[in-house]
Amino acid sequence: MKKQNQKAWFFVLPVLLLVAFNALIPMMTVVNYSVQETFGNNLFFWEGLGWFEKLLRSERFHAALGRQFMFTGMILAIEVPLGVIIALSMPRSGFWVPVCLVLMALPMLIPWNVVGAMWNIFTLPDIGLLGYLMNHVLGIDYNMTQDPFAAWATIIVMDVWHWTSLVVLLSYAGLVSIPEAYYQAARIDGASNWSVFRHIQLPKMKQVLTIAILLRFMDSFNIYTEPFVLTGGGPGNATTLLSIDLVKIALGQFDLGPAAAMSLIYFVITLFVSWLFYTLMTKDDE
Amino acid sequence: MLNWMAWTWPTALFFIAIFSAMAVLTVIEIRHPGGAERKGVFGLTTTRGDRLFITLLGSAYIFLAWLGLFGQPLWIPLGLAIGWGVFCFRKV
Repeated sequence: MKKQNQKAWFFVLPVLLLVAFNALIPMMTVVNYSVQETFGNNLFFWEGLGWFEKLLRSERFHAALGRQFMFTGMILAIEVPLGVIIALSMPRSGFWVPVCLVLMALPMLIPWNVVGAMWNIFTLPDIGLLGYLMNHVLGIDYNMTQDPFAAWATIIVMDVWHWTSLVVLLSYAGLVSIPEAYYQAARIDGASNWSVFRHIQLPKMKQVLTIAILLRFMDSFNIYTEPFVLTGGGPGNATTLLSIDLVKIALGQFDLGPAAAMSLIYFVITLFVSWLFYTLMTKDDE
Repeated sequence: MLNWMAWTWPTALFFIAIFSAMAVLTVIEIRHPGGAERKGVFGLTTTRGDRLFITLLGSAYIFLAWLGLFGQPLWIPLGLAIGWGVFCFRKV
């Protein structure tokens, strides 16, 4: 066997150290916190697996988890097909390509808390553009601070607005990498638009779509800032997603033990779904 | 210095166990390179590292499910997790 140059590993070392400090060590600390109780002052008392047991049986956790899955499922079901459709209808060459790309990238450049604040003002019933339009012009009773349905609709639309571009840009990158010869061959065979999509474009987009769905899953499953700024988890608990509930427990109530247990459960869910999804999507390529 | 990390012996042992397992895998990999890749019962191509990952992740779920459904003590899920690990390394 030919001996390979292994020098590249040394170049990865700084990143490894960085990850150790900003991910591994905090993660270990969370594991330590999850089995203890603290009242501050760096004093900790052994609690065992009690927090996990309580949490797994708590209605509050089940409800937040259910809301989280609902949110992620809904935005994936909207953003992925919508992103692919937009990418398909974007021009492949000419003047409009950079215009489309820049327009698509714009929402993603805006910081998350600004997105939340923008949509908050946008939807205010009396002064916000959307809120005013809905309430005073269209006559639809729309107030997301009072109506859970309106709050849900708003956070979903906000996320779709903010993140569909990611799916669009990744799908578009997959689409432009398809050589023209494929389309010519399809035209000669008299393939319909649907079969071109099904047998040429979709398989070619599969890799980037895998990445897009994974990123959107993880991001939306861990989403915090935007719904927190927009609705603060309300009205009531209607939009209290898992991360918002987690921060309430950790920082609001300063219950570090239960919060740590909750983050670990959160972590294994994200890890499992991402692993499962990645494994299933890459299985056929082997 | 490590006060703020609030170490306890059980959690320390937990991490020592995981890191030792990774170290053992590294040693095996150096002795027998290639990761012992094979296609297992789920139709997945796995290496030793994959099998360890699936074992650990599966065990986490076994313990959490038991805690949620039946509570402590955890001797039965421990047995299940060991069984799951053996199954993963033999068949998956």
